[in-house]
Amino acid sequence: MTLLFGIPLSVLLGQLLLGLINGAFYALLSLGLAIIFGLLRIINFAHGAQYMLGAFAAWLGLSYLGVNYWVALLLAPLLVGAIGMAIERHLLRRIAGEDHLYGLLLTFGLALIVEGSFVKLFGVSGASYPMPELLKGGYNLGFMFLPTYRAWVVVAALVVCIATWYMIERTRLGSYLRAGTENPKLMQAFGINVPLLITLTYGYGAALAAFAGVLAAPIYPVSPTMGANLLIVVFAVVVIGGMGSIMGAIVTGLAMGLIEGLTKVFYPEAANTVVFLVMVIVLLVRPAGLFGKEA
Amino acid sequence: MKAFQKTASAILASTLIASAAQAAQISDDEIRIGYLADMSGTYRDLAGPGGLEALKMAAEDFGGTVDGKKIVIFNADDLNKPDVGANTVRQWVDERNVDMVTGLVASSVVLAATKVVEQADKLALISGAASSGITNEFCSPNHIHWTYDTYALANGTAKAVLGAGGKSWYMLTADYAFGHAMEADITKVVEGGGGSVVGKVRHPFPSSDFSSYVLQAQGSGAEVIALANAGADTVNALKTASQFGVTQSGQKLAGMVVFLNDIHAMGLDVTQGLMLTTGWYWDMNDETRAWAKRYHERVGSMPTMAQAGVYSATMHYLNAVKATGSDDTTTVRAKMAATPINDMFAKGGQIREDGRMVHDMYLVQVKTPAESKGEWDLYKIVSTIPGEQAFRPLAESQCKLVKDQVAKH
Amino acid sequence: MSSLENIQAAAAVHPKVEQQRQRAALLRKRGFYLALLGVALVAPLAVYPVFLMKLLCFALFACAFNLLLGFAGLLSFGHAAFLASGGYVTGYLLSQYSGLSTELGILAGTTASGLLGLGFGLLAIRRQGIYFAMITLALAQLVFFMFVQAPFTGGENGLQGVPRGHLFGLFDLSSNLAMYYFVLAVFVFGFAVIQRTIHSPYGQVLKAIRDNEPRAISLGYNVDAHKLLAFVISATLTGLAGATKTVVFQLASLTDAHWHMSGEVILMTLLGGVGTVLGPLVGAGVVVTLQSYLSNGPLGDWVHVILGVIFVLCVLLFRAGIVGWLQKLISRNFK
Repeated sequence: MTLLFGIPLSVLLGQLLLGLINGAFYALLSLGLAIIFGLLRIINFAHGAQYMLGAFAAWLGLSYLGVNYWVALLLAPLLVGAIGMAIERHLLRRIAGEDHLYGLLLTFGLALIVEGSFVKLFGVSGASYPMPELLKGGYNLGFMFLPTYRAWVVVAALVVCIATWYMIERTRLGSYLRAGTENPKLMQAFGINVPLLITLTYGYGAALAAFAGVLAAPIYPVSPTMGANLLIVVFAVVVIGGMGSIMGAIVTGLAMGLIEGLTKVFYPEAANTVVFLVMVIVLLVRPAGLFGKEA
Repeated sequence: MKAFQKTASAILASTLIASAAQAAQISDDEIRIGYLADMSGTYRDLAGPGGLEALKMAAEDFGGTVDGKKIVIFNADDLNKPDVGANTVRQWVDERNVDMVTGLVASSVVLAATKVVEQADKLALISGAASSGITNEFCSPNHIHWTYDTYALANGTAKAVLGAGGKSWYMLTADYAFGHAMEADITKVVEGGGGSVVGKVRHPFPSSDFSSYVLQAQGSGAEVIALANAGADTVNALKTASQFGVTQSGQKLAGMVVFLNDIHAMGLDVTQGLMLTTGWYWDMNDETRAWAKRYHERVGSMPTMAQAGVYSATMHYLNAVKATGSDDTTTVRAKMAATPINDMFAKGGQIREDGRMVHDMYLVQVKTPAESKGEWDLYKIVSTIPGEQAFRPLAESQCKLVKDQVAKH
Repeated sequence: MSSLENIQAAAAVHPKVEQQRQRAALLRKRGFYLALLGVALVAPLAVYPVFLMKLLCFALFACAFNLLLGFAGLLSFGHAAFLASGGYVTGYLLSQYSGLSTELGILAGTTASGLLGLGFGLLAIRRQGIYFAMITLALAQLVFFMFVQAPFTGGENGLQGVPRGHLFGLFDLSSNLAMYYFVLAVFVFGFAVIQRTIHSPYGQVLKAIRDNEPRAISLGYNVDAHKLLAFVISATLTGLAGATKTVVFQLASLTDAHWHMSGEVILMTLLGGVGTVLGPLVGAGVVVTLQSYLSNGPLGDWVHVILGVIFVLCVLLFRAGIVGWLQKLISRNFK
């Protein structure tokens, strides 16, 4: 058996693949954060709660209305996106133009309210979302057993990430969005409805979080606190990638998944911490993150 | 005849204690009980609001008073923070002269709270916490550990799994004091029983993704994968193991600290066949079922062992208060130890000098979906582990109270 | 004409009147602080002293944080690291060396936090805005990891049963009342240091940097050095708060090192009023009181929701914080 750093190559391959799967989640979540930050200049602390809402919407839909996984994958993001748009219109808009800090605090407060209420309603043990029939089982890759669902997660997440990137970087709507990021006043003068654009953007960011939530539902316990712990890691990913950078968020998300995967083999105790170590190093070398532009 | 003698001496002892304590009586003319638990975080479903309800049931079953002295209940959320827990208990004893504190879930909170209870010379009846250190290196004459501990759980489950033929083990350990202690306990059982530990991985606490660790465990080729973690970590590890086909490939999983609410949350699809040790289960006999039914009507879920333990501990405490006519800690503690615990929770339970309440534990297996007849029909009892075998023997104890005893003899 | 020029012009016209007005304002301020101190001295007669001590420790923490955010414009998201390291070092030393007098233990903890603050500051100080917040968060997470792994912290269990010991080796601090007056003295000392810093020429430069950094640079100030000093002072006083808190509660735990704690101090400062002198005190008071009394009451399991609602209302309605809002009210109606 080929050994690499004292670890069989096959084991290492398996771990890298798992890292990539986690990275896909990070990419999806940090993408939403990056888009929101790009246009609204708000650090969306409610992102974890929106992720949790997506998972809960899927679970509640299945338990009480018989909505299946595939429909939930479409409906939950729409629902959470709509809630996000309402939040933007009625709350975030009031503090537009104030210090970034206030956006962070407002969304943090919202996250506390939503998560606290869900704990009260559903407890913290969480619920179990059944694996969709079509995605049960797995493939034996020789070096590891790959559950079908995990393979699906990578594919789905990457497709959504790339589609989002394409939409922002290559379409007319995206060009408005990018221009709005650079100079909202000028855009307004050109007759573009910037407030609407902002509302849609926040809604889309929230929808991405909810989509990740539905993807996570069958493999992680659906619990009110599922997003809170993930959030801080996703922040780190966005910062490493460069705040507001779309490509940065996607690439860094995947890369952090891989780095974390390797840490879990060589120094598992530090698996939750390694992302912050990377963040310190990156910010020391490149103050605006890997893909960010120096302000 | 022997039974008669026993009863007679017990009565004699209790009258003696009672007459001695007559002067002490009930402080403030009220029996004040504080319920401290995690009401909003990770351990909410293990004890939380349900445990408070169990405590209220105990008080109501006593008619709300003990010989005309009112039972008053205070409750607080410790937020799983040791400083919050310690501060709350300190305030209870300083300002309200609380006589007894119960609930007590997260081990770190319990260690902090029991220090305060010991200083104030009050009594703590711990039901929710797991760490066996509570009656070992951290023992005190002022607290009793009621329901279970890590030693009993690890010991019971590891022995059973070893006995069923799992000789090579892989450890999945939560990287903190509690996980390390359990890892050591399991290793001892495994190696003492002719098995071997072939590998281990220590994961950060808490972790959400276990796929990497499960894959490492799978790659080790060990027959048994032991989960030396608790709560959400165990739940995540079990779910992940089921997705990666761990059991299909012939490996066995052994969860050490798994509770009824965890199994309920994960569902039988994921957990079926899992062996675990529990201090109590609602569906054991008519007595447990009757109590659980009452509980279910009030709370809407079936009680965990921690919640049942709160009820049992409180009843035993109130009985001791009634028998001695006092709420003085030393008097009540002595009476509680002198009286065996016979209720819906335990039969013939005994409180040792290190504060461990020794009672039978049960090895159970999680039912398959086909076997289960209802939402809460989750366990089948495999065997009963007698109390003397379940808990850490006093001979191995590091408790200062036990050492004193040995030195005296 | 800017308001500053206005004032200068007014002063030029009526120098004596202005002088009198300033003196009266100073006297009023002194009187107010003395009255506050008077209340603090008799407070333990009416309120549970341990609760008051907790309040004072968190108030000092928030004041130290406010020095950085309110007067230097730096948002640190890693202050939990200083609170915890002060607590751990003090707790460890007092438990290990039983003869050690309490103030030396606290001094050691405070120094440790100051040094850690210097380290953080050197790495972070050149970063701006959100990147500054994030790099302090990342560093604090690394410190958290260290506390989880290091054997002397007791991991999840924390350090338990830290002795309160004797002040100067003489005065027994085990009674709550004695402890309270010691904590009050510590707080007054910390608060005075912050006041002195804000009103010193150095504090004026800090505010100038906060308001217009390029201008301060062009005036020839070494901006980084000024910011670094502010960061170290803030970290040191945070360590003092953490060390004192450990002695009061006789325990040090990971709660203090968790990033939630860094968030909590932001909440306290914001709620009270960023950049106001008394704001952090009021904010800490409100948050600590809420946490203590909510968790005991029937609303026990709604703590997070209620805190969240306060957060949202505060951001939407009281952006200047309670004290900032009161100040506005007073200046509108009485001047």
